[in-house]
Amino acid sequence: MDTAKPNYNMEIVKLFTIATVFWGIAGFTVGLVIALQMAFPDLNIEPYLNFGRLRPLHTSAVIFAFGGNALFATSYYVVQRTCGVRLWNDKLASFTFWGYQAFILMAGLGYLAGVTQGKEYAEPEWYADLWLTVVWVAYFFVFMGTILKRKEPHLYVANWFYLSFIVTVAVLHIGNNISIPFELMNVKSYSAPSGVQSAMIQWWYAHNAVGFFLTAGFLGMMYYFVPKRANRPVYSYRLSILHFWSLIFIYIWAGPHHLHYTALPDWAQTLGMTFSIMLWMPSWGGMINGVMTLSGAWDKLRTDPVLRFMIIALAFYGMSTFEGPLMSIKAVNSLSHYTDWTIGHVHSGALGWVGFITFGCLYYLVPKLWGREELYSLKLVNLHLWIATIGIVVYIAAMWVSGIMQGLMWRSYDELGFLEYSFVESVMAMKPFYILRAIGGLLYIVGALIMVYNFWRTIRGDVNEKEQAERLNRITPGYAAAE
Amino acid sequence: MSEENKPEIDEHTGVETTGHEWDGLKELNNPAPRWWLWIFYITIIWSVGYWIVYPSWPTLSGATKGVIGWTQFTKLEAEQAEIAARQQQFLEKFEPASFNQILNDQELYAFAVAGGRAAFKDNCATCHGTGAEGGKGYPNLNDDDWIWGGHVEEIYETLLYGIRSTHEETRYNIMPRFGVDGLLKREEVAIMTDYVLAISGGAKTGTFARGAEIFKSQCASCHGADGRGDHDFGAPNLTDAIWLYGGERQDVYESIFYARAGMMPHWQGRLDENTIRQLSVYVHEMGGGEGVKPEERAALDVQGVSLDARE
Repeated sequence: MDTAKPNYNMEIVKLFTIATVFWGIAGFTVGLVIALQMAFPDLNIEPYLNFGRLRPLHTSAVIFAFGGNALFATSYYVVQRTCGVRLWNDKLASFTFWGYQAFILMAGLGYLAGVTQGKEYAEPEWYADLWLTVVWVAYFFVFMGTILKRKEPHLYVANWFYLSFIVTVAVLHIGNNISIPFELMNVKSYSAPSGVQSAMIQWWYAHNAVGFFLTAGFLGMMYYFVPKRANRPVYSYRLSILHFWSLIFIYIWAGPHHLHYTALPDWAQTLGMTFSIMLWMPSWGGMINGVMTLSGAWDKLRTDPVLRFMIIALAFYGMSTFEGPLMSIKAVNSLSHYTDWTIGHVHSGALGWVGFITFGCLYYLVPKLWGREELYSLKLVNLHLWIATIGIVVYIAAMWVSGIMQGLMWRSYDELGFLEYSFVESVMAMKPFYILRAIGGLLYIVGALIMVYNFWRTIRGDVNEKEQAERLNRITPGYAAAE
Repeated sequence: MSEENKPEIDEHTGVETTGHEWDGLKELNNPAPRWWLWIFYITIIWSVGYWIVYPSWPTLSGATKGVIGWTQFTKLEAEQAEIAARQQQFLEKFEPASFNQILNDQELYAFAVAGGRAAFKDNCATCHGTGAEGGKGYPNLNDDDWIWGGHVEEIYETLLYGIRSTHEETRYNIMPRFGVDGLLKREEVAIMTDYVLAISGGAKTGTFARGAEIFKSQCASCHGADGRGDHDFGAPNLTDAIWLYGGERQDVYESIFYARAGMMPHWQGRLDENTIRQLSVYVHEMGGGEGVKPEERAALDVQGVSLDARE
């Protein structure tokens, strides 16, 4: 067999990596702006920079621009390395990069101009949707083409997750964006289904955007980079099969839990809730497999902040995938729905799981891609880790308290049968928590900026001699003295 | 590749690998954790149980109904009934009671104020403020300055029909635009500004006498000869230094030059009768509600109801 090292296409991975970092900072910053707008409404700048337009800009930037580019970067890296072949079709791969960035700009500029479908996480209008469909099909071909020409007999588990993510997101995207343009040269379109059907399709889409984009795709990242960084075999092949199939089979039915106590028929609400409960263990399978992969390498957590990022990510993943099924229970949902608790839940998953696993992977990837021995500074990685972790804890704790308070205020009746609080009183009560949330978000951005600095120095080829000496001294005791 | 497919034993754990390898990555052949499988099975069994009890699977004609007949509508009705039951004992007495009876019955009064407070925060606070402190163009309801009258029945009428609202019975007046329409010259508007400020406790200026003259011919028909206003016309009292549109010289000048005509929506048809009556009592009691009208006092005295407590 051919034993020569394959000529991998790493240029495309570099491009996506840079885009990930760029959009990450952009998306986090818009998040901070809208968090401040919630606390200080005067910061709304009409019309282009008001909350209504910046909010989808934030969510799309962090999910699709930051998260999406991270998925492209890592999936192209992982599929090449684990198939042992160069990425199929360089030109098409290049098109997916520029095409995807064009989609991000089309969507983002549209929001600022007030162009939106009004569907959460599916705000881009029909022209951007069509364009994304083309890009996504190209992505599928590049990924699938690489798998088909692979030199390994088996398909590594990370690739199952990536493939399920690519295929399902295509189905979701098309399913939820069937609409008719108002007229050919008009940005406005109308959704083909209407009413409760439209709502059901929307939440089937949005819930599975979380499930397949932010969970399955990022589990693909976890399955390559955690064992790589820990230098250990994956804990259980059997668990990976069981939780992969149970996850993708069950996740797709859980969407109706976003529509409890609405016009959605009771039976659909019941199914959405029970499938969410059944989803708990399939979700946790990924966490168990990731964390247990460290058995035999636990000591590395003391010395390697990159691995620490990944493991804390898995801890947040475990926490939010427990919280999710809990919140899908109707009795809990009647308290939590429409409150900040939901925002806290989303961000423990987004900042903790999606963000941290991405940072971990990027810290692994950047020195490898640019041919450096190690990152410029692991101490800065550690600093990033702790600042960002404190940021997340402040954020989600503020939102838990504020959300539960909000829910309790809304439902509180006095003994004479009158509502105890008005809506505006609940808004006023939330202000301190809005400020705390913004502080948490600010810490998270500060951490990410430390990462940008670290990458910049690493890519430039700077070596932090003090840290290098310490490292070598650990490997070869007496090295520093000999120097 | 076939060589690589031989399982090997992992040094650290003593567990066999699957024999596959990708880019240096291997997999251990550990079984899935027992506890994980068991919790998974339990959630499935629980779900099946839940499907039997609650409406769940769609059928050709609707969906399975569940054995306890639960629907979200029955749940809503039950919860609403519970709240309604809490109010029922009070409503039975509240509905037939007159305002005077409500004001003189501790229990009914407390009930009306509680209901009024809840309704106020959701419906009135947007303009009048959560503490009913008002703002420019929105009257402060805590003071004893009433434009359309502060008797509870008058407040009730204001609430029912609104002010310059779209209701047929709306309270309505319009102050002439003295400056815009040329009824007064600019310097006369200035004189009137000084005059109005003077009668509400400000310093008299040299033009005071001229102001009094103009006031008599132009303003007194609504605001009264003494400037104390008239509730029947909705003409504000100009002598109490309480200003709906601001008491600075510029504000008063503009009020005379352009005139003001705020609008309050009518609540009849939007809030139920009980709620509007509760709001009337709540607003009446908030600050300076005026006492019972003399003619009703006479009627009540006949019925033997004491009014001293609330006067």
